[in-house]
Amino acid sequence: MRQRSLIAITAALSAGALTLTACGSRDSGDNGSDAKGGTTVTIGIDAPLTGDLSALGLGIKNSVDLAVKNANKKEYVKGVTFKVEAKDDQGQPSSGQQNSTAFVTDKSVLGVVGPLNSSVAESMQKVLDDAKLAQVSPANTGPGLTQGPDWQKKKVRQYKSYFRTATTDAIQGPYAAEYVFNKAKKKKVFVIDDKKTYGAGLAATFTDAFKKLGGKVVGTEHINPDTKDFSAVATKVKNSGADVVYYGGEYPQAGPLTKQIKAAGAKVPLVGGDGIKDDTFFKLGGPAATGDYATSVGAPVETLPSAKQFVADYKAAGYKEAYAAYGGYSYDSAWSIIEAIKKVVDDNDGKVPSDARAKVTAALQNVSFDGVTGKVSFDEYGDATNKQLTVYSVKDGAWKAVESGTYNGS
Amino acid sequence: MNELPQQLVNGLLLGSMYGLVAIGYTMVYGIVQLINFAHGEIFMTGAFGALTVYVYILPDGTSMWIALPLMLVGAIVVAVTVAVGAERFAYRPLRSAPRLAPLITAIGLSLALQQAVWAWYPEAKSARTFPSIPGGPFEIGNVTIQTGDVFLVAAAPLSMAVLAYFVMRTRTGRGMQATAQDPDTAKLMGVNTDRIIVIAFALGAAFAAVGSVAYGFKYGQIDFRMGFILGLKAFTAAVLGGIGNIYGAMLGGLVLGVAEALSTAYIADIPGMDKFGSQSWADVWAFVLLILVLLLRPQGLLGERVADRA
Repeated sequence: MRQRSLIAITAALSAGALTLTACGSRDSGDNGSDAKGGTTVTIGIDAPLTGDLSALGLGIKNSVDLAVKNANKKEYVKGVTFKVEAKDDQGQPSSGQQNSTAFVTDKSVLGVVGPLNSSVAESMQKVLDDAKLAQVSPANTGPGLTQGPDWQKKKVRQYKSYFRTATTDAIQGPYAAEYVFNKAKKKKVFVIDDKKTYGAGLAATFTDAFKKLGGKVVGTEHINPDTKDFSAVATKVKNSGADVVYYGGEYPQAGPLTKQIKAAGAKVPLVGGDGIKDDTFFKLGGPAATGDYATSVGAPVETLPSAKQFVADYKAAGYKEAYAAYGGYSYDSAWSIIEAIKKVVDDNDGKVPSDARAKVTAALQNVSFDGVTGKVSFDEYGDATNKQLTVYSVKDGAWKAVESGTYNGS
Repeated sequence: MNELPQQLVNGLLLGSMYGLVAIGYTMVYGIVQLINFAHGEIFMTGAFGALTVYVYILPDGTSMWIALPLMLVGAIVVAVTVAVGAERFAYRPLRSAPRLAPLITAIGLSLALQQAVWAWYPEAKSARTFPSIPGGPFEIGNVTIQTGDVFLVAAAPLSMAVLAYFVMRTRTGRGMQATAQDPDTAKLMGVNTDRIIVIAFALGAAFAAVGSVAYGFKYGQIDFRMGFILGLKAFTAAVLGGIGNIYGAMLGGLVLGVAEALSTAYIADIPGMDKFGSQSWADVWAFVLLILVLLLRPQGLLGERVADRA
């Protein structure tokens, strides 16, 4: 009897667990376009749809979905109906790799938009490249992804199928350093990073540029992204006498970090990259986040004339989540794949060729069009040719653009 | 400027939170020899219970003096309900099964609880903001104590005192000690062991709930994964202090917290060690300490030498 109830309970529990998993994956199913006739081509999305970074990830997913809907509505590529397939990577490299394998297996997938995290991209690149499946990331800023681990000395294209619409940290870090040193007039910095590919890389390029300008690094610290207790670090910042903190990392940690630094008595602004430029940052940081800065890739989407249509369409489509920091880039990423597919299909008498993946990848290299964020095209490494950046500051509970520009220094 | 006092306070605050959660691990282990890996998630549900009271039950703008006790009650009610439910439906049917079976069940339960909150709690897919206690930080000498930590400073010793009184002085508490020493004999002496076990789960959950409210005030945000790492640390604290010993749990928590804070602050100053001193290495040093303690005192800091019970 006891044995039986044991089995019953185990069964009930595992059934429960399975249902829950199912709930989780339902979100990542295709809830995009309405198919009508012709060949169906899938555009894959890999982004963190759950967990800490889901605010950014869901913005990416919705924006790609919008691009695909627009392409279908306009019948932009004759005889082809697009469909999206979004997979959740939770910001984990291992999940990213599994998702890539799934995309490769699904023959209808001709391009993948994503991921958000540079560390996830590292695990996806080879899998997709081996299948010659094109990948366009709207958000990866790690320079090594396109230009190789030795990018400072010798640039080598890593994977022919990897492209991105985001600007790299090789530009973003120095751009921030220049602003902090010359415009904000801060000379003593305390640099903190989260040891991830993105955070550590950004902190390194910032540090180099800041030192070159004549600034002083009064302390460095690496935090553990799994914890929320930064009190020991905050005390160190206070005692270092720094007049500014640079954080290479993402908003789930940056919010509590800025709060705890200010609570410890160090009333200095925190500066970060595009990874902290999300509304969740000041929700988590509270009043302490006021006056903090973030650099982000491109000009503010709201101010670009080319983006007005995107913002209006996004609103009309009624997505529950905001398009967040990478919305415009995600739309452009998806559209670049659509453009490449259009070229391939047009060259093949309106049919999708059998070796479509390799052809789409090749066509992507020469794509050029006016997108949401400006002119979209890729250089010989797969990087965006658009190298604009903007400094934002938290004011009255919102990110306000301070100034935009391009970084042309070394 | 000397930062030692501040870093010690940082460590003690973090440590008393570990300690509050560690009590649940140690009590349940002491009585049924089960490592309840779902305890971290019970802690998490407590925090969401408190948030529910504040956001969805109390009217906007309720004074913190009224809200805080009610949030605490909400946290305790939710955490105890989940813990007692887990004991009744997940662990009790397995009580005579091999010891690995309830352990695996605990891990499964931990995942199920995380996913349940993720799926069904409104807007819990990313971190939710927790209310904060108004008022500025308090400065004592060159040590700053944050307003959010005041609750922890008051709650941790108070909870310990209540627990000590309960276990040592009350009839149920003595029944608990008896069950821990020998369940079969305790049963023969008329102790209702089933009831004792439920009480152990409930008490552990209540302390975790107090800890979870403290966590919310301290960090200003809670999320569905907050219990995982904290639970792991609390379990470590319980082992460090001597698993099965409630004072050991608190002491282990404090030692662990202080070790983390001090290693973040000072290891980097040792010549040649600057690579190993950042906060990301604090966990490593905390575990080095655990290994050292267990090498010298396998039963933990305050643990009794018990002939192979586990």
